[in-house]
Amino acid sequence: MSQLAEDVAARAASDPTYDGLRLSGLTKSFGGGFTAVDALDLDVPKGSFFALLGPSGCGKTTTLRMVAGLETPTSGSIVLGGNDITYAKPYRRPVNTVFQSYALFPHLDIFENVAFGLRRRKSAQVKEKVEQMLELVELTEQSRKKPAQLSGGQQQRVALARALINEPEVLLLDEPLGALDLKLRRAMQIEIKRIQTEVQQTFIHVTHDQEEAMTMADTVAVMNAGVIEQMGAPAELYENPRSTFVANFLGQSNLISGTVVSRAADVVTVEMHGIQVSVPTGRTHVDGDQGWVGIRPEKVLLGEPGEQLDAPGNTIPGGVITDVSFVGVSTQYLVRMPWGQELQIFEQNTGRRRMFASGEKVELSWRPEYAFLLDQSQDATAGAQRDGQ
Amino acid sequence: MSETVRRKGKVGYLLLAPAALWLVLFFVIPFYSLVATSLFDQGGSDFRGYQMTYAFGNYVDVVQEYAGPFGRSLLYGAIATAFCLVLGYVLAYAIAFKAGRWKNLMLVLVIAPFFTSFLVRTLSWKLILADDGFIVNTLQTLQVLGDDGRLLATPIAVVAGLTYNFLPFMVLPLYASIDKIDHRLIEASSDLYANPFVGFFKVTWPLSLPGVVSGTLLTFIPAVGDYINAQFLGSTNERVIGNVIQAQFTDANNYPVASALSVLLMVLILAMVLVYVRRAGTEDLL
Repeated sequence: MSQLAEDVAARAASDPTYDGLRLSGLTKSFGGGFTAVDALDLDVPKGSFFALLGPSGCGKTTTLRMVAGLETPTSGSIVLGGNDITYAKPYRRPVNTVFQSYALFPHLDIFENVAFGLRRRKSAQVKEKVEQMLELVELTEQSRKKPAQLSGGQQQRVALARALINEPEVLLLDEPLGALDLKLRRAMQIEIKRIQTEVQQTFIHVTHDQEEAMTMADTVAVMNAGVIEQMGAPAELYENPRSTFVANFLGQSNLISGTVVSRAADVVTVEMHGIQVSVPTGRTHVDGDQGWVGIRPEKVLLGEPGEQLDAPGNTIPGGVITDVSFVGVSTQYLVRMPWGQELQIFEQNTGRRRMFASGEKVELSWRPEYAFLLDQSQDATAGAQRDGQ
Repeated sequence: MSETVRRKGKVGYLLLAPAALWLVLFFVIPFYSLVATSLFDQGGSDFRGYQMTYAFGNYVDVVQEYAGPFGRSLLYGAIATAFCLVLGYVLAYAIAFKAGRWKNLMLVLVIAPFFTSFLVRTLSWKLILADDGFIVNTLQTLQVLGDDGRLLATPIAVVAGLTYNFLPFMVLPLYASIDKIDHRLIEASSDLYANPFVGFFKVTWPLSLPGVVSGTLLTFIPAVGDYINAQFLGSTNERVIGNVIQAQFTDANNYPVASALSVLLMVLILAMVLVYVRRAGTEDLL
């Protein structure tokens, strides 16, 4: 984490003509000593689809509101394309927001809602631009209706069009799909991604839904308790998490307590409950010798005791299946290990392997390059509770 | 299914009955009597009785003779309503958006005057605006008023009294409308390049229009019909139509003229309200 902050600070100092959005040391404290955002450093490259992912109360919405100008930072700065906009009024920033509640003007029809920003800036060719935008979000037919006459998905698209039409340098999306049902949400995710590809503007998307963040964004920053835990491409975050919070918040992880016994140039050997496993050096994020060996449930193979599996290297014997859930594309097993911990294992339903039954003895196996090692000072359950979805 | 619908209908009528009965007894019948009286022969009296002569000429007489008080009633009512709207809007806006935890207390203060009598409150304005009161003295010192200038017995006093007395009728509906406005809409307008001034006229004001319409109606209608303020705070030069009607009924005992005046006032207000609601209702209201 501190490494990340130093990286960003170093980049900020070395490049004063950065054309993206740069947050430096951004802090927001509220009365009563609560700090929602704590010395946040963040670079959002121009034209990227950036997701700020975190549980509710982690400070992501406050960050967004500071960028929009709806909240004044306690300290730090916001620089957009070389201009300091930290204290600029919201109506003087080239930034527009798609609000979580949509906040469509109920007294104006769809056309006038979309035209609102253009009219304020006395833009030319309002009619043409609005019609073009309504076409993009497929709402031409509804242009003379009032927001209340539209469905949730349509209102969402109006909110998007109303912000997008102003061609902001940064478009902020504050949990814009939260109010939609699952099916519509999936459709809108693809829709918004398509529009972003088309318009090539910077999108910052705030969400607590890790799947949504990973599907839509090219860069995801995982935020927790006012700071960025880890930032990178979705696959990078998922495959090589640096903290237990990221390991648990993005998908699921098995975290097994272990001690480092030897370090080679490219591999670290860890002993967990008497069994030695190896983890590539690039995937170890520990300060001392105590760590959590992490492995994603779908990376673990399940076999009968002594069975030769396609993963020489890390084999853990002595498991007993305690629960089997067949979910169609996969079967999800719970396996109790000799040291009492229950691990989660997802087996792809390829039809090539038989299903195991509850009570069967099994052996676990995974390839060393899939494992990661996290610091034991972190809570193994951090970020695991993802409710409110 | 149809059985329950029918029963619901019956219950509806039953619930309506007490109020309907009340209105028939104390509004419809007196109103009929009022209209009938307005067409009686003016030559009649309490002692000799009246004759129904369909004397539509009563209305012509009334318009010719009392156009002045009619005009004053409407003018004073309109000015007082305008003052109430300006004062009331600022107050209601402040209570709804800025008062925080003092909201309820401020609302109580707005309606607190209702705990004392309308008459007493109007009479106390006589003291406030008295010739040797501190307001007149101050204005004289500041040379706003001449040395023998006064406030009492002027149109200013009447309009001030009306404004004071009917302000709560303006504030409460305005407050109800403004308080309902989603603050996020105002944030959205500022996000979309509207400065606070433009944001107010493009978002807050249109969304508060239902309160503006009901507030102005609740203020204007009673203010036009009111004669207490004109009687206590004005002179004979500020006589409004209510004073005339009262005098015709109680002093001159000219029931046909008094009735014709009453009916005319009612029709006039009704027509104005209809035009107003129509215009406001079809354009910007939700």
